[in-house]
Amino acid sequence: MKNVPTKWVLVGVGVAALVLAGIVSFYASGSPDGLTKVSEDKGFADTETAHGSKDSPFAGYATKDVGNERLSGGLAGVVGVVVVLALGAGLVYVVRRRTPASDRSTDREHEPVD
Amino acid sequence: MHVPDGFLDAPTSVATGVVAAAAVGVALVKARKELDDRTAPMAGLVAAFVFAVQMLNFPVGAGTSGHLMGGALAAVLVGPWTGLLCLSVVFIVQCLLFADGGITALGTNITLMGITTVAVGWLVFKGLQLVMPKRLSLTAIQAGIGAFVSVPVASLLFVLLYAAGGTADIPLDTLATAMVGVHVLIGIGEGIITFLAVGAILAVRPDLVYGARPILARRELEIRSTATKTTGASA
Repeated sequence: MKNVPTKWVLVGVGVAALVLAGIVSFYASGSPDGLTKVSEDKGFADTETAHGSKDSPFAGYATKDVGNERLSGGLAGVVGVVVVLALGAGLVYVVRRRTPASDRSTDREHEPVD
Repeated sequence: MHVPDGFLDAPTSVATGVVAAAAVGVALVKARKELDDRTAPMAGLVAAFVFAVQMLNFPVGAGTSGHLMGGALAAVLVGPWTGLLCLSVVFIVQCLLFADGGITALGTNITLMGITTVAVGWLVFKGLQLVMPKRLSLTAIQAGIGAFVSVPVASLLFVLLYAAGGTADIPLDTLATAMVGVHVLIGIGEGIITFLAVGAILAVRPDLVYGARPILARRELEIRSTATKTTGASA
């Protein structure tokens, strides 16, 4: 099992993310989460104010104007995975690019010492 | 545990915003050292994976659910500073695109579910790695325990923030009991998911798990010194 090429591991993680967000998310629990439930039980749920992004086409993990619940949520999930991946990878690229060559010594520490 | 707009007052939200911005600023500098040829390609995918798993609310008791926060998971896979950057991207996208977690509460959410779960998850993980036998097979368990502990700690920090700037007058002891109680259960889910995800990467490519590197390096050293000894004896 060892020595699976890096490319395959990366593809595996990416496919897992797409399947989980695009398909499995439909079967997630619809109950309020821990904080929401506590706020309801303790009586401060009504202090929540309107969300500034409530008119986003994907607000609430549902795609606007898509009636089918499975498709609407799945599409929102896939869009989220792609956007997060693009921003995350872009940020990493920028952070690494700024690194001066002299700081790259960490890349070499796994080479044989002798 | 995404905090919506309105739960905390403006001064508290500004304060957590400053804390979050400062931490992300430090992470932008510190992540450089973590980002080598193995962690860099993983980082974006870890962020995407955490986003996906955060959509998967699992039931915890009657009429309540919880989902992964992901601090320990990201920290063990790509390093704590890079992990914080990954989670921050997730919370920003959730807030702006999915209206999940208030815009004025973005700093609060990065502080609670990002900084706190990364810091607690990573420190518990490293502490266990230090005191437990140096075996690769224990890495996923240590990550899972770190993840489990990080969730109730984050919920307790929410209570402290609520004590400082909650917009309703709620008795803090009952709030603390309720929050920590439900988040211990959510923490169990967090621990299991983290154990499975770290264990999966560990099984195929342990060198791609940032937190496993000290163990791998040690193993290489041991093999090398044994080899030297054998050579010395036969000479």
